Amino acid sequence: MSADLVSTLQARFPRLAPRPSADHPAVNVPLEDVVPLLRCLRDEHGFDLLTDLTAIDWSPGATPRFTVVYHLLSTTRAGAYLRVAAPCAGTEEAPVAPSVTGLWAGADWHERECYDLMGVRFEGHPDLRRILMWDGYPYHPLRKDFPLAGIETELPAEDVAAETGTRVVAAPMAGGPFVASAGEINLTEAEPRAKDESWSDRAPQPGHTPLRQVKE
Amino acid sequence: MATDYNFPDSAARAAAAAQEAPGEFQTEKMSLAMGPSHPSTHGVLRLQLELDGETVTRADPVLGYLHRGDEKIAENMTYNQFVPYTDRLDYLAPLANNMAYAIAVERLAKLEVPARCQAIRVLTAEMARISAHLMGLGAFGLDVGAWTVLLYSLEEREKLYKLFEELTGARFTTSYTRIGGVTRDVPEGWLGRVGAFCDQFLPILEEILKLLTRNKIFMDRTVGVGVISRADALSYGLTGPNLRGSGVGLDLRKDKPYSGYEQYEFDVPVGTTGDCYDRYLVRGEEMRQSVRIIRQVLARFPDGPWYAPDARRIFAPPKDKILTSMEELIQNFMIVTEGPQIPPGEVYFEAENPKGVLGFFIVSRGGGVPYRLKIRSPSFCNLSILPKACQGILISDVVALLGSMDFVMGECDR
Repeated sequence: MSADLVSTLQARFPRLAPRPSADHPAVNVPLEDVVPLLRCLRDEHGFDLLTDLTAIDWSPGATPRFTVVYHLLSTTRAGAYLRVAAPCAGTEEAPVAPSVTGLWAGADWHERECYDLMGVRFEGHPDLRRILMWDGYPYHPLRKDFPLAGIETELPAEDVAAETGTRVVAAPMAGGPFVASAGEINLTEAEPRAKDESWSDRAPQPGHTPLRQVKE
Repeated sequence: MATDYNFPDSAARAAAAAQEAPGEFQTEKMSLAMGPSHPSTHGVLRLQLELDGETVTRADPVLGYLHRGDEKIAENMTYNQFVPYTDRLDYLAPLANNMAYAIAVERLAKLEVPARCQAIRVLTAEMARISAHLMGLGAFGLDVGAWTVLLYSLEEREKLYKLFEELTGARFTTSYTRIGGVTRDVPEGWLGRVGAFCDQFLPILEEILKLLTRNKIFMDRTVGVGVISRADALSYGLTGPNLRGSGVGLDLRKDKPYSGYEQYEFDVPVGTTGDCYDRYLVRGEEMRQSVRIIRQVLARFPDGPWYAPDARRIFAPPKDKILTSMEELIQNFMIVTEGPQIPPGEVYFEAENPKGVLGFFIVSRGGGVPYRLKIRSPSFCNLSILPKACQGILISDVVALLGSMDFVMGECDR
């Protein structure tokens, strides 16, 4: 059935090609064919649910660098899936893909997320702004050139800054998560509790009675 | 002595003002931030509402307060190391998430797990579904003013958590699956205790549902409220009880069976109108059906290995073999340091989780670390309908709508 579907689609969209996949049928299409193909799939082949929309970053320098991937599911033909992939147009810094919000309203948030984390601009999206990161965040963190430990950024709190005259900065990441060495940190300075050395596990806290005495 | 005070109340004053100068009576819209810490937004969802009186004219959900970058983290660790992160997606049903993730990777590796492993996973996923729905119903009742339901449902959930603890070592963050199997076999006598739980649970479930199903206040708050049409539900990509409440009978356990679900008999409840009450009814019935599935699993619980014994580069060998045999020691070392070896390819697997369809899209270039891992979160997709569903309803109905959607922000924000 899946080979049938691909050949039927190929008759209508000659530039469509099968895509290697470990499970569901998958096709590659050029970017211009995405919207007509998805409309045809939704209206004529019963793929009425857009379950997922995302992009893959093939790392800096690759051509194409970004591929958008759509997963369609049919609620009428029990459990039929289809994966549609298309390479993004535009430059490496600003990849572009057409919006499918006109076909599925649910694509709205998927495309916002994809723009937020990958930086793919969806043309024709009614309200393309960040969704998971805050407005004004300067990076697209799921790109391969974004470091895992993150990049320290100022937090956008103009109202706080205007009132207090102090700019808001994020808490220091102390080397960040997943970084093996903590960097050059003086723990006594970084950790306020460490400054108080009046008591420790050897010398008990003044006025504190241990709950349980361990017999030697 | 007595002074005549004449202070008409504000409504009367406003009406008088409107009478005096028709057309100049001005009202202004109010902006209200509901959340991120509000009892009915179940976590850290923030709804930026625009109100005209008590009617919502615009709702803009603000997400991301619980964004941890799970997808980025996944690209930087081995497949097994990511299992604990799946616990923290829908943290009310970690066992179901563990299973969905493990099956996705196994599909990529073209690995079939033995029947016993499949049965254990189905069993734990259905128990997780009951515990998640109990919490969902309890919180929904609480949102619309029925305290008692939560007290009963949490007690039942606690019994399930005791069973989870005995099986996995943790009540909440279970991390039970590994690629190619589970962490350990079921303990001695545990299956009997699960059966005993089911026996005592069904009458209590009826009692819990009786508190709500014909409750006048509950029905007034939910019947005909927050209606989501069938077409809207499909267009916005709703799944799970929210989609079925709107009359679409999509259940991947039936439509695209995985982990041996095709062997079990169960019904898929479907709503008719798509209001909050229908979504409640669907969840209630799903718990009964889950008990039905659990009983079938218990009745023919398969013997044999509980992990894929021939997956030598994917599933770590048993501990006693590691300690006594060189071959197994090396095998274990390679899996721990380099991760399970998964061939290159692309896979997309979706499982029917309590909140909806949880999907994992994995792109592998070979080796032990995924190149790209996308989590298709059901709560994220379910919430995307809020701007439309909140339009024109009362603010108190927003609370009922949110309660009936039963979402988890850990999964929505990832």
